[in-house]
Amino acid sequence: MSVLEREPPAPPAKPRRVAKFLDDERRLGRTMLAPAVLYIVLLVGFPFLLALYYSLSDATVGARELSFAGLTNFRRALRNATFLSALKNTFVFTIVSQVVVLVLAKALALAFMKEFRGKWFVRFLILLPWVAPISLGAIGWLWTLDSVYSVINWTLREFGILSPGTWPIWLGQPTLAMASIITVHVWRLLPLATVIILAGLTSIPKDLNDAAEMDGASAFRHLFQVTIPLVLPIILVAVLFGLVFTFTDMIVIYVLTRGGPFDSTQVLASYAYFTGIDGGDLAGGAAIALFLFPVLAAAAILILRLARSTEVT
Amino acid sequence: MAIVETRDIRKHFGEVRAVDGVSIATMDREFLVLLGPSGCGKTTLLRMIAGLERPTSGDILIGDHVVTELSPRERKTAMVFQSYALYPHMTVFNNIAFPLKAQGFPKSDIGRKVEWAASMFGIEKLLDRKPRALSGGERQRVALARAMVRDPSVFLLDEPLSNLDAKLRNSAREELQQFQRRVGTTTIYVTHDQVEAMGLGDRIAVMERGVVRQLGTPQEVYDDPADTFVAGFLGSPPMNLVDRQEEIVGFRPEKLLPKSVFRKQEGLIPLRFHVTRVENLGADRLIYGTLGDPFADAKAIANLPYTLPVIIQPGEVHEFALREKDLRFFDRATGHRVSRNPAVERK
Repeated sequence: MSVLEREPPAPPAKPRRVAKFLDDERRLGRTMLAPAVLYIVLLVGFPFLLALYYSLSDATVGARELSFAGLTNFRRALRNATFLSALKNTFVFTIVSQVVVLVLAKALALAFMKEFRGKWFVRFLILLPWVAPISLGAIGWLWTLDSVYSVINWTLREFGILSPGTWPIWLGQPTLAMASIITVHVWRLLPLATVIILAGLTSIPKDLNDAAEMDGASAFRHLFQVTIPLVLPIILVAVLFGLVFTFTDMIVIYVLTRGGPFDSTQVLASYAYFTGIDGGDLAGGAAIALFLFPVLAAAAILILRLARSTEVT
Repeated sequence: MAIVETRDIRKHFGEVRAVDGVSIATMDREFLVLLGPSGCGKTTLLRMIAGLERPTSGDILIGDHVVTELSPRERKTAMVFQSYALYPHMTVFNNIAFPLKAQGFPKSDIGRKVEWAASMFGIEKLLDRKPRALSGGERQRVALARAMVRDPSVFLLDEPLSNLDAKLRNSAREELQQFQRRVGTTTIYVTHDQVEAMGLGDRIAVMERGVVRQLGTPQEVYDDPADTFVAGFLGSPPMNLVDRQEEIVGFRPEKLLPKSVFRKQEGLIPLRFHVTRVENLGADRLIYGTLGDPFADAKAIANLPYTLPVIIQPGEVHEFALREKDLRFFDRATGHRVSRNPAVERK
């Protein structure tokens, strides 16, 4: 009998079953996906459907029965002046903070592409807001912007920039309050956006930048005709993330202003929380929270499409 | 037109001396090839000439003007990159038009010049396409057209053929040479491929470890290598180098032939060649073996054209010979070429 004809030695029985399972890509794949699917269904899908259901009902905290109410909650919201101002605030808050984040992140990312002394330290400082727990950071800002102890006011006065009669109350005056929460939100989102854009910039082949230089492109032309078009798909992803995050987040507002003064910093997310949880009107809160869902979904689809069509390689 | 000259140019990256004192000058309208193994500094040298890299010391002159401090745009040099570096988000037209736009050409001129450059490389039909929809050869032409379109005084090419397959590379090589002859722009071409270098260059600068070992015509660097590095780098298989007393003796494999092949017997050095291996390469046969006196036990390779009707098998001992004038001698300590060999003359 030749070597080739001989039977291969039988592997031990138990590992064989495991090995067979590991080799079956379909079963293995499904098993490995299961936790993620389960997580999404239980913690995202179920609450979402529940919210949909609540928004069409008359649910309140503590009520045992609920009945179908149609679009009453949405109609009620649209007639509510606070809701309308929250809607407006949401757009102002989101759009202004996103524009500022984009411009600053792009500039920072470009700066980080260059070599300079102490680069690691600057990078560390920039990333700090993202690493620190947001509630902690927001509480720090709460003191920084405090009406009595504000370190900003104190510094401005010491340097004589603030005249003796003026004392801005950062979180207590409508315009200043909006500016303050936008600033804190930008502070918080900037690190991630910078890192995302930086990743996009480093993925541009060095030859392309050299070619632009050889072709005699000015810095301006280089930036707007070569660099930005090439990182556009990645910038769009950063924008999408920032948009959704800003539309749906309320931590900064909750800690700093609670929507005040006079609802001037109330956004849909915080208003939904105050209506549904604090106010006990579950149905009304759900309707407010879901109000922008179609808009966000449409924006997400649009941006993802755009990102794909601008992809170049 | 322009002459490019470097004067004792150096580029150090920390401890690494990428380019370590290179002084070369092209001739007007010349096709100069920088040849060397990877990491020898040839690309760094090219990038310094282009203006993409600042030299640590030394000067660069283009057309008798010192350009060391000038930006690439002010030097009027154009470069083709190994990766072609086409802008992936622009059409071929916009890729070629980019340098013109950057220089502020009027719009009507841009269209005309792009058409002209495209027709030069036969890519008029591709103008609306994006680079990703092009083949490797087409991309290379677009890159050449983009470099060409603004009438540079110097053309710098960084291994532009290395991304093409072997067949395409041959035809591209021919086209490139014809094109250069036609426009007559001084060209510096970087490659690690000696076949490309020999085939394309008016002259070749052989580089190693940041210095130019030899600058000469392809024939000069091949026949009369300046040192053992050049001798061992050029030729496939390279020159046989045999240690002998105070010096190293070199001879090309195609010069080591069966004794019967030589018509004249004077000036011949007869050798016994103990054959260990025979490699059939189609047009050539490579015979590996060890030599007898006067190169006792030295390993050598002979390259016989296939048309030579001599039957040679491994294990056999054959009578081979070398012509004395085909021998090259190198100093054993420095590796530099020495012009004469007293040891042989004494015999």
